Order: sequence, then structure tokens, then C-alpha cells
Amino acid sequence: MSTPPAERRDPAALPRLFIGLLAIGLLWPGLRLTEFSPATLFDPRSSEVTVRFLRSFFPLETSREFLRLVGKSTLETLAMATAGSALAVLIGFPLALIVTRRLSISAIGPTRGHRLAAGGRMPARGVLLLLRSVPEIVWALLLVRALGLGPAAAVLAIAINYGGMLGKVYHEIFESVDGLPTRAILEAGSGRLSAFFYGTFPLALPEFVSYSIYRWECAVRASAVMGFVGAGGLGQQLELSMRMLSGGEVSTILLVFFLLVLVADGLSAAMRRMLV
Amino acid sequence: MNFMPWLLLAGLCAAAVASFAYLGLDLSGLTSGEGQRRMLEFVAAFFPPETSPAFLARVFKGSLQTLAISAVGTLLAAVFGVLAALPAGGRLGRMARGPARVGLNLLRSIPELVWAVLMVLAAGVGPFAGTLALAVHTTGVLGRLFAETLENSPPGPTAALRDSGGSAVASFLYGTLPVALPQFSSYTLYRWENNIRMATVLGFVGAGGLGQMLYVSLSLFKQSEAASVLIAMLVIVALVDLLSAWLRERLAG
Repeated sequence: MSTPPAERRDPAALPRLFIGLLAIGLLWPGLRLTEFSPATLFDPRSSEVTVRFLRSFFPLETSREFLRLVGKSTLETLAMATAGSALAVLIGFPLALIVTRRLSISAIGPTRGHRLAAGGRMPARGVLLLLRSVPEIVWALLLVRALGLGPAAAVLAIAINYGGMLGKVYHEIFESVDGLPTRAILEAGSGRLSAFFYGTFPLALPEFVSYSIYRWECAVRASAVMGFVGAGGLGQQLELSMRMLSGGEVSTILLVFFLLVLVADGLSAAMRRMLV
Repeated sequence: MNFMPWLLLAGLCAAAVASFAYLGLDLSGLTSGEGQRRMLEFVAAFFPPETSPAFLARVFKGSLQTLAISAVGTLLAAVFGVLAALPAGGRLGRMARGPARVGLNLLRSIPELVWAVLMVLAAGVGPFAGTLALAVHTTGVLGRLFAETLENSPPGPTAALRDSGGSAVASFLYGTLPVALPQFSSYTLYRWENNIRMATVLGFVGAGGLGQMLYVSLSLFKQSEAASVLIAMLVIVALVDLLSAWLRERLAG
């Protein structure tokens, strides 16, 4: 028995075609705005340079001097990420404490300063949103102009942006653990800080440390590209080698970068496994 | 009591101290009177932000361009991601799986900004380079996620279509794709959100959008223009943040 051809057709074909055409119609201005023109890739003049550059990726540059330079930038990148993350914890932690509603004494009864406390929470939320809404590399671009070239701008940029993110996530962690101990301590008449450190923090600690380590891993990735705006580390070396179109150096740095991310990844995963 | 977190915490503190020592940061510029005066001057130069209609129109166009870069880049990545997920998800035989995964990992592990520098070399300065950079990196990310989705999708419907005589392509399109599509689109949306944020900064290396405007204004010491661009960036990123948080809450609840 053979099926008549009419029944083999997909009944939803026409609507799908319509949706497809509509999507392309909506996409058209986007293509115009992005100056979408694959032809430029194959334009003989530019493609010749690109191909020559890509060819020079091999062999890798392995001269001793260059490797020493790359090693130094790698250490610098790691140090930038670590120092930046540490400062970010110092920024995010207090802000998270302010924002955490569970620590509010007015929640358990009328107090004198409660309007002030509630009033303090809103600006702190605003600060967190502001800090994390400007990407770290924008902070770096601005800070390089204020502090000069070098890792200081990157460290502060990571500290500011990640401080905002950590503050938000710490706050979420603090609100998500069992709130009864904290409340009991508060109701027994203690201050918020002791309520936090004896009631909330011990419960939140594993997740707190775990998330901080995860952010450090992100910071390593971020600091590797900070050099593109002049803020030191591997990125600066990469930018230099790219400008000079020396492909061998670029591929060496990319390989080191790849290994660095892999190591940070593995280290962070191992540390976080230790916590569970 | 579990000592492990405390132990890790102590180790991390030691690493932080070592890092500060290694970098030998000179942050006296932030604390000394002279440094603070210079910082204040630097910040003051950004105010008031430029608000001439002509410039605001350019900022608006730059914002649209940033959104377009992220959208087109993500969409291209979704298309190529599906294509790459076929071999990487083991649909084209066991031999193709390994190499496809390695390729996707390679695309993924080179950050967007590095791709952008390469693309600016290949395609010239402008938004097209940024679009390509996002597309390439995101193809690596989505390809891997899509491949995992394909591997986890139930084989039953496709096998049934195959057994009843459907071609390989038709069985995939009508057996696997409808099951995998919701997951595909949610991954794509999630990456899009990420890419909007990324597209605002790709311009620092010449890849178009608001980033390029910011970079140019700062290089020309036109801080008040830079301030307007920064505000536009802030609004875009904050809006995307709030919108996705709200959507996620709606979808979860």
C-alpha cells in the first residue's frame, strides 16, 4: 500500500514558512545595522593578510626570552584576579549584610532606628546594581585613564564589578539558609552582627566559599583580557603580539591562556568538591 | 563541625596577600591628597553628560547597533551550533564525535574579545567584526549545550519514524527536533542575554556598537560624551538584568 503524496505533506509547513519569512523580515534591519557582509572576508586584499597571519601561527614561538615574558604575564594575571577577588569580597560582604532583610531588627518588632535602616537598604541595593551593571572591562578602561597603565586598574575594576555581583549573590545565600537560628538570637536581644555570625554565617559558609571560588575562576578569565585596554597581564602581551602580526607569539599566548583557564577551572572544581 | 571551609578560607586569604605583594600595587594615588584631587578632577570632567540631540541620536543608533550585533551573532551561533551539535552529539557516527567536540571546545575557550581582535583584522573595523566574534565564540558554547541536549533526548520517536521508513533527515526533523527545540531556544535566549552584555564592550577593540563610541570619546578626551555612552550602556545592561530576572521568576513560578 502506498500513501498518496498529499498525506505525506507536513500540515504545518505553511505556517512555518510564514513564521520563517517574518523572522527574516524582522532580522533585516539587524543585518543592515551590523553592516553584515561576508564578502569582505573573502576580499583578496584583506584575506591575504589574514591568511598570512594565520599561517604564521605555526610553529609556536618558544624562545627562552619570550617564554619568560609570558610566564611573568601569566603570574601577573593570576595575581590580578586573586587580588581583585579579595577586594571584591571586602566590598560585597558588608553591602550584602546591609541588604539582607533577615538581619533587620525591626522585622521582629518596633524599633527606633527602623526607618533609617530601611532607608539604608534601598541605596545599598542601588549601589550593588550600579557596581555590577558596568562590566569590569569598562571599569578597567576608565581606571587606566585615572591610574595609568598597569595591573592596578584591572585589580580595582575586578574589585568593583565583582563586589557588586558578590554582594547580590551573598545576600541571596544569606536569605536562603534556615532563618530560625538567626531569628532566635535576634529575639533573645542580641545585635545584628552577632546574630549574623552565630546564626546565619555558619550555615551559609560552604556556599559562600564555593561561590567566591567560582567568581575567582571568572576573574582569572576576565583578567586575561584586561590587557586589551592597557591594564596589564597576558592580554597586554597578546595585544602587542597581535599588533605586530607575529602569529607564533599569538598562538603561544593563546595556548598558555587555554592552559591557565583549564587550571583555574580544575582548581576551582577541586576546591569546591572539598566543600561538599 | 566541618573545618574544610575555614581551611580553604585561610588558604585563600594567604593567596590574596601573596598576590598583593607580587603586584606591589601602588594605590597611594587613591589615598594621598594630590591623588584624590586628580581623581576628583577626572570624575568631574564627565559631568554634565552630553545631551545635544545630534549626539543622543548617535548614542541611540549605537545602542541599536549593539543590540543588533548581539542578536545576529547569537542567531548565527544558534544555526551553526545546531549544525555542529549533529556530529558532536554523536548523530553522524562515533568517529565524528571526538573531533567535533575538540573543535567546539577550541571555539569556546578563546574569549569573545580575542576573537574580536582577530575578526577586526579579517573583516575590518566595524560591527560586522563584532557580530562574527560573538557568533564564533557562542557557536562553541551553544554547540556543546545542544550536543548534550541531543544526547539526552529520548531515541524512541526518531527510531519509530526510521522503522516506518522515514529518511534520516525527516526522522531527525520530526522525531528529535520537536523534543529538543524548547531546550535549544532556552539556551539560545540565555546566551543572547550574555551576548548583549558582551556586545557593549566588544567595541573597545574596534568591533562596533556602544563600546567603540566610548573608546573613541575617551581617546579624544571628550568625557561628557563618554558619560552619555556610559549611561546608555548602564541602562541596557540593567534592563536586560531586570528583565531576565523577572522572566525567570514568571517562568519558574
